[in-house]
Amino acid sequence: MDFSVLLTDLPTLVVVLVGVPAVLVAYIVGGEYLVRALPDKARPSVRPWIWVGPALLLVTGFLVAPAVGTVTQSLQDSQGNFVGLQNFAAQLSGFPTGGAWIAIRDNLLWLIFYTLFVLAFGLLLAVIFDRVPYESFVKSLIFMPMAISSVALVVIWKFMYAYQVPGQPQTGTLNFILSTLFHQDPRTWIQDETPLLGLIPLNNLALIAAAVWGIVGFSMVILSAALKGIPADLLEAARVDGAGEITIFRRVIFPLMMPTVVVVGTTLVIFALKAFDVVYAMTAGNYDTDVLANRMYKLLYQAPSDYGGASAVAVILLLTVVPVLIFNLRQFRAVEARR
Amino acid sequence: MRDLWFKRGLLLSLMAVVTAVACGTGSTAGKGSVSVMAQWTGAEQASFMAVMKPFTDQTGITIKYEASRDQDALLTTRVASGNPPDLAAAPSPALLTTFAKAGKIVSLNNIVDMTALQSQYAKSWIDLGEPMNDGKLYQIYSWVSLKGLIWYDPKNFTAKGYNVPTSWDSLIALQNTIKSAGTTPWCIGLESGASSGWPGSDWVKEIVLSQSGPTVYDNWWQGKQKWTSPEIKLAWTTWGSILGSGDSNVYGGAKNMAATAFGDAGTPMFQTPPKCYMHNQASFITSFFTSANPALQPGTNFNFFAMPDITPQYAGAHVVAGDAWSMFHDTPQARQMMKYLTTADAQAIWVKRGGKISPNNQVSLDSYPDALSKSTAQILVATKIGKYDAGDLMPATMKNAYWAAVLKFAQNQSQLDSILANLDSVQAKAYTTS
Repeated sequence: MDFSVLLTDLPTLVVVLVGVPAVLVAYIVGGEYLVRALPDKARPSVRPWIWVGPALLLVTGFLVAPAVGTVTQSLQDSQGNFVGLQNFAAQLSGFPTGGAWIAIRDNLLWLIFYTLFVLAFGLLLAVIFDRVPYESFVKSLIFMPMAISSVALVVIWKFMYAYQVPGQPQTGTLNFILSTLFHQDPRTWIQDETPLLGLIPLNNLALIAAAVWGIVGFSMVILSAALKGIPADLLEAARVDGAGEITIFRRVIFPLMMPTVVVVGTTLVIFALKAFDVVYAMTAGNYDTDVLANRMYKLLYQAPSDYGGASAVAVILLLTVVPVLIFNLRQFRAVEARR
Repeated sequence: MRDLWFKRGLLLSLMAVVTAVACGTGSTAGKGSVSVMAQWTGAEQASFMAVMKPFTDQTGITIKYEASRDQDALLTTRVASGNPPDLAAAPSPALLTTFAKAGKIVSLNNIVDMTALQSQYAKSWIDLGEPMNDGKLYQIYSWVSLKGLIWYDPKNFTAKGYNVPTSWDSLIALQNTIKSAGTTPWCIGLESGASSGWPGSDWVKEIVLSQSGPTVYDNWWQGKQKWTSPEIKLAWTTWGSILGSGDSNVYGGAKNMAATAFGDAGTPMFQTPPKCYMHNQASFITSFFTSANPALQPGTNFNFFAMPDITPQYAGAHVVAGDAWSMFHDTPQARQMMKYLTTADAQAIWVKRGGKISPNNQVSLDSYPDALSKSTAQILVATKIGKYDAGDLMPATMKNAYWAAVLKFAQNQSQLDSILANLDSVQAKAYTTS
């Protein structure tokens, strides 16, 4: 590693290393100093604001203000004139293939299949590995893809999905298995739009599968923790009463894990709605695999930039996420309250 | 007592901050630097740095280089946030033109020696740098490449007794001969990440220029010629006749075309027996041939012929592309670098390292490293009708719709009418909002 770059701008280094902590300490000390100067009764009402103040300021500056700006921009044309809901109308026109409809359809597919697969596999893995002695080893193995950045994940999966002409040696793992074990023609996993079982286009499923592989460790670890939180005497009591293992899972374990499943599920719904990186790196939205976040990116950065359209897509995304977010927060509080 | 310590600590740390900030504003050492953004990475980046080394040695000005493959997005963001690089080399002049119209880049008329430039550069290259036709130069090309080269393996051609076609008809005849022998004429790969489809768009634009001429071509990229017009539609159906019905003229058909990266597309030509006989790509493709198969020798294992003329009236028409430079900050250092980049000495450095052609007529043909690159340069010099890559001149929304249309067309040629109609509706919007 070449650290010499750090020394090229010494003043900045000093500001970062000394200045930032100093300002923080000064704020805290100064704030506390001011509070102490106040009469005793006023202190409890002022003190929280001193502590929350910086966070509030940052959230307002970096989250609320841009969000308000986005909403305003979604109602304007490229010259900044007010155009009402025209941008939204443009995005929602031409159902079922025009405007943003392909992206909306694919986001729905992500919402359903991504959430379902991650929850199902996470739950399955958590329950299965709960019963084996080498649990922690396997769990860390499955958790490992979480450490991979999405773009690297896509590079790996592009190798998995690689296609060669039938008859040629298949370099892609999946097509190799398909042609040697099942004697089927290889498939172009990323481009093939044929619906699987009439439900989901193959390429959308391929993209979702890659994303699921990357995140399943996350749901497994949380669900596993919830599983371990179930008292052993409860399970023993059920066994004494003559319940089979499957009945115990259905009637005892699963209901007790439900609140955690819901929290993980709603978090995954938000992940699915903001899906971007896998799509951008794998297909860039070609072959009808577009999602809303990628569409927003394209509208924003393809000259001439369609700021209004991009903002409209962002607002649509925001509006769909907010209810999930509120539900998630409530559920989270409910789980906490039960502890 | 404790309060006193707090106060002292506070005072001390505040002093440190103030001193640091004061130092930060006052320390600019050396002869200065130029921040540069371009797309070159890896071997290309090494070549660019080799070009800049004599400049740094001579002037003491250092180059702060930044590379990105998603340059459209990065430059747009940097310009919008008021933090662009001093100089940028973009393969898409349309983007730089947007900035020129918005007044974000500096006119180069008073920065470079215009008289020297006019004597050393073909007029078409200078015209390209004046996107608003107001006599103000905003972009200068340092290196260019020639499109519409059809690559083949000379050994395969000799083994089968095929001759290099000299006319469009003989190309089609050769294609049919190869096909009737039970083999496949073409190798085509359309996959290229976020820009998938562009190799096919090259085919279409080359056909438009050679078939319907420069006026139609210019009107087309300027948005004045509809995609559904007979000329443009004819170009697509002509490309369709290259692909064959159901893409039967292409190795692996539609599936393989969609799944194969443009850089890997040509390699099946070099298998034994060859999987295909011809591959249409710009002059840069040779580095992909040799990196996939280092034993291949230019001239003996691969060679090219320029895509034959379609309409005799427009003979000698070629599509070209290049790296256009624009200046965002008018600093003395950036001025010096801009001047340096237009010189034959600077351009010859990369030419000698291979992969680029110089637009400057002072760069001697002897600078080209092998016979193949020399003949691309000769074709470029002899080009009667040189037109810049239409896709790169279109607004980005139009360009991306064009690429996506190529992907759709290659999957199912019978959808052409609806594909073109959709492109027309994109065209109607893409040019008005800029």
